[in-house]
Amino acid sequence: MARKKFLKCIFWVFGVIFFSRLSFCAEIKDSCLGCHKALDDKALSAPANFSANDMHVKIGISCADCHGGDPSSDDISVAMDAAKGFIGRPGKADIPKLCAKCHSDSGYMKRYNPNIPTDQLSKYEVSQHGILNAQGDKKTAVCTSCHNAHNILSVNNPASPTYALNVPDTCARCHSDKEYMEEYGIPTNQIDDYKESVHGQALLVKGDRSSASCKHCHGNHDAGLPRAIYVGNICSQCHALTYDLFSKSPHKAAHDKLGIPECEVCHGNHKIMKPTDDMLGVGKDGVCLRCHDSASAGFKTASLIKDSIDDLKREITQAKELILKSERLGVEVEDALFDIDEADNSLTKARAYIHSFSAKEVNLVADEGKSLARKAKEFVQKSIDNFNYRRKWYIFVILIIFVFSSALYARIKILERTNRR
Amino acid sequence: MDREAIKNGLVRWFEGRYHIEPFKELLTKKEVPVHKHSVWYYFGGITLFLFIVQIITGILLLFYYKPTANTAFDSVKFIMTKVEFGWLIRSIHAWSANLMVLTVFIHMFSTFFLMAYRPPRELTWVSGVILFFLTLGTGFTGYLLPWNEVSFFATKVGTQIAGSVPAVGGFLRTILRGGEEVTDATLGRFFAFHVIALPLCIFLILGLHLAFVQLQGMSSPLSLKDKKEKKSIPFLPNFLLRDILAWTIALGILASLAVYLPAELGKKVDPFAPTPIGIKPEWYFLWMFQALKIIPSKILIFDGEVVGILGFGVMGMSLLILPFIDIWSRKEKRSLVFTFLGVFMLFFIIGMTIWGLLD
Repeated sequence: MARKKFLKCIFWVFGVIFFSRLSFCAEIKDSCLGCHKALDDKALSAPANFSANDMHVKIGISCADCHGGDPSSDDISVAMDAAKGFIGRPGKADIPKLCAKCHSDSGYMKRYNPNIPTDQLSKYEVSQHGILNAQGDKKTAVCTSCHNAHNILSVNNPASPTYALNVPDTCARCHSDKEYMEEYGIPTNQIDDYKESVHGQALLVKGDRSSASCKHCHGNHDAGLPRAIYVGNICSQCHALTYDLFSKSPHKAAHDKLGIPECEVCHGNHKIMKPTDDMLGVGKDGVCLRCHDSASAGFKTASLIKDSIDDLKREITQAKELILKSERLGVEVEDALFDIDEADNSLTKARAYIHSFSAKEVNLVADEGKSLARKAKEFVQKSIDNFNYRRKWYIFVILIIFVFSSALYARIKILERTNRR
Repeated sequence: MDREAIKNGLVRWFEGRYHIEPFKELLTKKEVPVHKHSVWYYFGGITLFLFIVQIITGILLLFYYKPTANTAFDSVKFIMTKVEFGWLIRSIHAWSANLMVLTVFIHMFSTFFLMAYRPPRELTWVSGVILFFLTLGTGFTGYLLPWNEVSFFATKVGTQIAGSVPAVGGFLRTILRGGEEVTDATLGRFFAFHVIALPLCIFLILGLHLAFVQLQGMSSPLSLKDKKEKKSIPFLPNFLLRDILAWTIALGILASLAVYLPAELGKKVDPFAPTPIGIKPEWYFLWMFQALKIIPSKILIFDGEVVGILGFGVMGMSLLILPFIDIWSRKEKRSLVFTFLGVFMLFFIIGMTIWGLLD
């Protein structure tokens, strides 16, 4: 009897699980996937093989949500009936608006992600890509050019073409293709240049996702050519102090008046290399000489600024050498290390203050650093003197040892003479 | 009460409680031979003195030393910079270790060439050779403890060489390192070996070694065998006073080295950095390191390094059982073969060490 009850129980449990699974299957029935997966033509079957990481699949967006039609029917004439909204493959030019159906609807998008922006279409329409699209340019980028049409991954997924580290290569798909870009008359070496730049190295070699890439200066959905006069505003997003100093300097008014780029004049654009101190002063690599001749006040200022920086560097190097030597001897250098760290900070600050283009201001910061470096040197020198002082009083110890040894030797001699007698 | 009365009073106090007559007789009647080679006798005593210095300075260093990968370097730095006379204690410990290895080498070679290992002093020799190995082991384990760049990578190379010993190499390396790499685990076990295991073994064997020397007395060289009139001096107080003089001179040398050439702290190790070029072991392992470096990679069908390591193994074993394989020594005769081997080894060690230092 008990056995019968147990079997009954098992039967019900499995029955419930089986039917619940059946109803689940019925819910997700999608004839688009069923048919397209079975097609021999890869162009038609590939879109049906979604990645499990596809953002739309994850939240249950089906083929019909973009392409229309009735996925609940197995009958092709019903499932792909235009009367049921089936649009087939959307035209490239229509894609931005198609995506915007949901992505510009903040109420709808909030269901999935309350923080996601919904202004992509409006930005796109004013972008270079959007303008060309509106003009009927079939080659210009639309949403799918960067995000893919199917298998759309999150921007945080390292496999996504819009993941920070992949952005330069995504742009390069078109912008490094000479043939593709020929008719637009714009260069195609930007990405190669960028990869050599300090930003490119930080992003692509060090993996620093906060480093600037194409989108930081040109925008992403609103991608366009930054106007020369605004370049400083773009750089200032990250380099706030240097741009602030530049804005207050006499260079700001001069650049505005001449209508020439700000930061770009000295640092370049795509191929921005790590700035070196050789860019300062009036040496062969000095950038100031591009505008200032030897008779100008700017020439003199450039020379003074370079001297300030060089003096500070020399003081820091000397202090560090002394610290290193002392450390190896086991002499106390903790306080000096603290000061030398601060002096290093002053050097960084002084390098930023170069953008004030005032020898006086740079000198003020450099002097702070120099006094810290000197303080570190004095501290270490004092420790080394103390270390050497030990050697002086040691002479007394060796004197005691010598006197004791001599007395001992005399005692031995006397003892042995006595023994012989 | 005069000094003699106090001394007699103390002796009587002990005699009333313990049977010290044999010790008293041993010490008062013990004679030490005097000859042109007597100077070598003092190196054993100096080694003992340096060992005592090591124990005392080692205990003082232990007050502050912290044996973990994260704290070792900083604790040594603390000892050298913040602790009163910490720099001197560490410097004396480091120099005393080096001098102790040197005096052990001198003591062993002098005993070898004077053939003091001949009967009946075979066990004095065997215990001495064991002490030599233990001293090298203590030096090797202590070298890692400051956890600086040189010590870390020298240990890495040293334990790597140990790993090349045929059959047991892998096991030996794992035992030494406490894993596959030189890590915190290696530091922990090297510390335990350095401060407990090896000193304990040294104490035990040293006790035996000194007991043998006291019971059998000092050996006279073979050249004095046929001399009718043999000169000698009493152990107490003559030889002891001479020994104390030698210790005082050793202390002067030790203090001078510690003050004028203090042990350096070095650079904190980065275990993930590649082995720096030109890394070398301590000078007393340099001859073996250099020999392994120049040995061809293949000797006939055998791996050169393995042949070299086996060679050192055979050498060590031969050294240990020398009194039993030098059959001439039993007949009180000098063996040309062993004398030649000894001279060859001495020049080989000195030559390879100089080559290693210059390389």
